[in-house]
Amino acid sequence: MTLLGDRQQLSYIASQAADARVNLELETEGMTLNIGPQHPATHGTLRIIARLDGEQVVWVDPSCGYMHRGYEKLTEVRTYPQVTALVNRIDWLGSFANEVPFILAAEKLMGIEAPLRAQHIRTILFELSRIANVSLFLGDLGVQLGAITPVFMAFRDREYVLNLIESATGGRFHPNFDRIGGLKDDLPAGWIDETRTVMKKLRRFCDEIEDLLFGNEIFQSRTRGIGVIPRDIALQYGMSGANLRASGVDWDLRRDQSLPMAWDKVDWKVWTHPDGDSFARCWVRLQEVRESTRIVEQLVDTIPAGPVMTKVPRIIKVPEGEAWVCTENPLGEMGYYVVSQGDLGPFRVKIRSASFNNISITPWLLKGVYVPDIVTILASLYFILGDIDR
Amino acid sequence: MSSITDTTLATDVVREGILARVQAALGDIIVESLVKPGDDIWVRVRTESWRETAVKVRDLGFSYFDFLSAIDWLPSPFGRGEDDPTEPAPVRDSTIRRGYTGGDTRIQMLARVVDPTTSMGINLKTDVPDDNAHVESWTTVYAGANWHEREAWEMFGITFDGHPDLRHMYLPTDFEGFPLRKDFPLLARIVKPWPGIVDVEPMPGGDQDEPVQDGDAQ
Repeated sequence: MTLLGDRQQLSYIASQAADARVNLELETEGMTLNIGPQHPATHGTLRIIARLDGEQVVWVDPSCGYMHRGYEKLTEVRTYPQVTALVNRIDWLGSFANEVPFILAAEKLMGIEAPLRAQHIRTILFELSRIANVSLFLGDLGVQLGAITPVFMAFRDREYVLNLIESATGGRFHPNFDRIGGLKDDLPAGWIDETRTVMKKLRRFCDEIEDLLFGNEIFQSRTRGIGVIPRDIALQYGMSGANLRASGVDWDLRRDQSLPMAWDKVDWKVWTHPDGDSFARCWVRLQEVRESTRIVEQLVDTIPAGPVMTKVPRIIKVPEGEAWVCTENPLGEMGYYVVSQGDLGPFRVKIRSASFNNISITPWLLKGVYVPDIVTILASLYFILGDIDR
Repeated sequence: MSSITDTTLATDVVREGILARVQAALGDIIVESLVKPGDDIWVRVRTESWRETAVKVRDLGFSYFDFLSAIDWLPSPFGRGEDDPTEPAPVRDSTIRRGYTGGDTRIQMLARVVDPTTSMGINLKTDVPDDNAHVESWTTVYAGANWHEREAWEMFGITFDGHPDLRHMYLPTDFEGFPLRKDFPLLARIVKPWPGIVDVEPMPGGDQDEPVQDGDAQ
């Protein structure tokens, strides 16, 4: 299924062609525009060099590496329990979600599984990081389009989620809470009631954002039909998460693979959108926050009793082998390919982060768009620099 | 429902079926293959057919490009970077132990492609010649391989024939060396020795002088 037959996209291509003709007749002069490395639209230090023809982009060259920390090399001199402190910093807005696939990979190699209670709490915290992460995206989206209000609402409501994560794990941004074989601790008293209240607040936040932003005429005209990614292109570039689902691919790793987590125990829905434009990507993320609040609400009602930690050796040595585990993180598919040689630390870890693939499409995607659309398209792709540079 | 750690499964019909399809399509390009029941599929192919492999698996439905990277199988001559600089350098075993589906060279390519309809993926490996680290580029098959190959080029020193734009991804343009190769030292540990040498923290419950045995559960 390609989207090229879609009327909206055809009209977009026609308008682009018309503009190109005008530019040709006017013989506009080219110029090079440098965006970044410090730019409010980039969540970090992504530098984009754009060659312009009039108001339109001829080519772009995203330049990464301003925040490269070499985690793949550093994991080789760390022990397995120490690696979670590193990978916390990859996607710093949804830190807990980064720990989970690595811990799952180590557990897979060791042939152990966390107790059911730990699996439930892991899933809850995973979804809470998604809510914290994506709700900030929803607010930030407004800023990229010149609307200031949503970001204040996002920071206000994200705070409730961060407080929950903090009271459970002790860390607001970098919990470092996941352990091989379970979790560091159990949930504190009163946490579950508090979570229910916060989830209601977050759903109200989603409604507010939908009213304020998604129904707004300016927002729609700035995002609809802009930055269209067809399905097969998205797959070729290895895009993942909401970016892929917004191109009509019904694929969510939480649902489509079996992991020792609790997603299969609750009722939720994978949202997709056929359009593949900036609006679709934002819309799918909005629905995902709603679904996440539903997942959390159902899970806190059904947490099984029992320990949160299984029996593991005091000094963790992981048997020789190779394992690949990926999960559906807030930004998309995050996976670790762990090679173990029976040592205290991994022999090699390949970190597959979502934003690296998601942003590698920009040279293709930004060709021919207008300068102000660069920022909205980048915002709708939603990347975090730590997740690109690792 | 089988979980990922369920190794009691004797056979895995689904993954065996996928491997059979891949084997039928690739023929004698495959050098070695492995299915771990309930876990994953590994396939090692001939170096000269690296691009052909990509074309054929893509046509089989593995249209989702997940990642591409490499593994350096040489054991690090620096160990874990925890050596005392005042002591003579310890002698280390430098025998190469390779992982699943074996191999003959020091550096191996590793890539993963996934079928989005079934969510099943395969890990593809190929040997990179020791004397001349060249493999074919995948950019014309999977457009997303572009950045991954740039990264593998600067980190492992593997040249990708047919790559349109082999430039540095993260490192400065004039950077020398290939940081993810095992014989490239972790410079942070050279500049400032591992602090564990001076402040050794005793293990909980263990005697400091006695080497701690692993496997004793608490």
